[in-house]
Amino acid sequence: MSVSTQCALFSLSAAGWITRMRLQVGHWFSHGRVPYAWLVLSLVAVGVPLVSGDYWLNAILIPFLILSLAGLGLNVLTGYAGQTSLGSGGFMAVGAFATYACLIHFQLSFLLAIFLGGGVAALVGLFFGLPSAKIKGFYLMVTSLAAQFFLEWVFVKFPWFYNYSSSATISSPPITVFGWAIASPLSKYYLVLVLVSFLTWVAVNLTRSQVGRNWMAIRDMDTAAAVIGIRVHRSKILAFAISSFYLGIAGALWVFAYLGSAGVQSFSLQRSFQVLFIIIIGGLGSISGNFIGAAFISLLPLLLDFLAHTFFARMVDAGLLQNLQKVIFGSLIVWFLIKEPEGIARFISHLRGRLAVWPLRF
Amino acid sequence: MKRPFFTQSLLAIALSASLGLGAVATAFAADQYVPLPTYRVGPYASSGTLWWAGTLDYFRYINEVEGGINGVKINYEEFETEWSPDRTVEVYERVKKGKNGSPLAFFFTHSTPASYALIEKAAADKIPLIDPAGGRTESTDGTVFPYAFPLLFNYYSQASTGINFIAQKEGGFDKLKGKKIVTVYHDSAYGRETQAAIKLLAEKYGFENIQIPVADPGNEQSPQWRRVREIKPDWVFLRTWGVSTPVAIKTAARFGIPVDHIIGDVWAGSEADVIPAGAAAKGYQALAPYPGGASFDVHQRLKKHILDAGKSDLKDKKFFGSVYYNIGLVNAALAVEALRTGYQKFGNRPLNGEEGRWAFEHLVIDNARLKTIGFTGLLQPIQITAKDHEGGGAARIQQWDGKQWQLKTDWIQADRDTLRPLIEAKANAYAKEKGITRRDLSKEQ
Repeated sequence: MSVSTQCALFSLSAAGWITRMRLQVGHWFSHGRVPYAWLVLSLVAVGVPLVSGDYWLNAILIPFLILSLAGLGLNVLTGYAGQTSLGSGGFMAVGAFATYACLIHFQLSFLLAIFLGGGVAALVGLFFGLPSAKIKGFYLMVTSLAAQFFLEWVFVKFPWFYNYSSSATISSPPITVFGWAIASPLSKYYLVLVLVSFLTWVAVNLTRSQVGRNWMAIRDMDTAAAVIGIRVHRSKILAFAISSFYLGIAGALWVFAYLGSAGVQSFSLQRSFQVLFIIIIGGLGSISGNFIGAAFISLLPLLLDFLAHTFFARMVDAGLLQNLQKVIFGSLIVWFLIKEPEGIARFISHLRGRLAVWPLRF
Repeated sequence: MKRPFFTQSLLAIALSASLGLGAVATAFAADQYVPLPTYRVGPYASSGTLWWAGTLDYFRYINEVEGGINGVKINYEEFETEWSPDRTVEVYERVKKGKNGSPLAFFFTHSTPASYALIEKAAADKIPLIDPAGGRTESTDGTVFPYAFPLLFNYYSQASTGINFIAQKEGGFDKLKGKKIVTVYHDSAYGRETQAAIKLLAEKYGFENIQIPVADPGNEQSPQWRRVREIKPDWVFLRTWGVSTPVAIKTAARFGIPVDHIIGDVWAGSEADVIPAGAAAKGYQALAPYPGGASFDVHQRLKKHILDAGKSDLKDKKFFGSVYYNIGLVNAALAVEALRTGYQKFGNRPLNGEEGRWAFEHLVIDNARLKTIGFTGLLQPIQITAKDHEGGGAARIQQWDGKQWQLKTDWIQADRDTLRPLIEAKANAYAKEKGITRRDLSKEQ
């Protein structure tokens, strides 16, 4: 192909792209909702921390975003590719400890370290994904449970991973990104926001690509997927690797942007369950569901606690009040799952659909 | 029609609650705010409920009977954490600005992982973290860790006191030579924290140091105790936590390890650790910086003014004087005495974090003071300085007789001079990693 043809093709495709974008933008404006929703959301995400205090950043927004990212990781595997896993905590630990190793033992820069940490988690995930060729459903979940326990054991057993500290915990050294010191809550928040937004954008595109369609085909019926020529095992393993990459990044952020110091206890089986609940409540096979689920799982107990403190402190016995909060939280989960078994994301889209035809229908 | 009535009553409750809250808020204006991260639900609830019953009862006693600390009342507020470091961090962020005009003088973490997670944040916010008989061992060195206090009995002191007691039993330190001492430990930050100290002491006294880990949660320990039996140790130091302690005691009995040669650590020495082990635990001994029992002076006062007045937070009165209840009492008393020290210097008003640090760094509780507050025998004499954030470093030994804990010894002091270089070396490493320069104490008053 000559250079001129290439140029012509390039300008053609560029023109095509611009036309598509125009159409897209026109489409947005004619329908109204979508760009405004995005605009408002990004304004809120960037603007809220400027007016809210440290508490909102450190205790609410940062953990919420990181848990959303972890949910996204597991959702790729469970919601899109249909493979069950209880090893999320373990893969988060791999990301955290590998990032730490890159920072301390190899003296790499933070961004490089965190992506390498994610990469190591992806390799480990790939390895533990191998049995998925033969094992399905609940049985696969049991092998992922083995991964969880094995990884927890590894990070306590070998002192190299935690730099021989006496307490088997890793703690964040001072970190900089492109010469910008990540020390204040605000800078940590923006770091998390940028990484999470970028990875979410990648995930959205991934799930809409050939790869994502392969995953969904396998999820819906793997025999049929094999028949139409999808390499089932390869796709499954790819899902394990990508899922673990996301979880690894989330685990590293959990240590380096949120807690500042953590041991393997922070990534126990309980964390795996928390991430699993996030995607079940939020919605399997949905991107926004991860954020909604993370909000539900991590923020609702805080809200309940806050309400209890504001209205009932000292009037009701403290232990009873705590157990009541658990009861309310549990009932809400049950109610939501009865109301909409496919998660809150679906619940909201149904609601939106109804509201669109609201005066006519009701 | 049930519904309107229900709604109305709900409204009425909400309204009265908010009104009541308003009244409370004005009453607390000059009070010292003390948030308490608790764990009354979750896996550690059985110890947590007793612990905070002790703390609350003592605060109530101070507020209602003594009229506050020098007239300043304690405005305590509980926050459930389920012993999860994430939740504790959230609580810390929520309360660090203080409440109702009272700044935060200190923050109880009551969890070693949470102390680790908060250590840098608190140093930046200038809020002392108080974690009695826990915390990060090297934060004993207050010149590197100005805002962390592993008060009373850090992990190295726990190891050393255990070894000192064994030496006492054997008839002197020279008798330790060639002895085999096995440490069976919970494989976690808590369980590993004493290893460096025991290694150092083994080199000093010439005993053989064998460490055997038990993976969390430790429901099954046959392999570990089979190994212990093969080793035929002279003594076993048991550093387990939660369910792993009664399982260890029972399994040891099955393998024929004499129970009176097993010394439990602080967190393996409560009623919850021995009652489930049944008869096997009879004769088991444990380190007790917080001895069990309800015969101390302060218990008489609490019984009269709090329990018999129906103001106690304790649901079941039979736990009055249990080890965890006493832990709550002692920790509350440490906080109260520190605040009192601070009020004497800064005046009778709520203290902020920097003043709180000064107060803790000048906390002295001598025998006379212990007698006045009724803690003789329950709390050791303690003196904290800017250089030494532990201040005590002693424990008594208590033995389970099948029904209750019997105190066997007076306070046994840890060999803190031997351990200090180790602590300073670790603190130096931390200072180097984080780029901290040591405080120059000669420039402070």
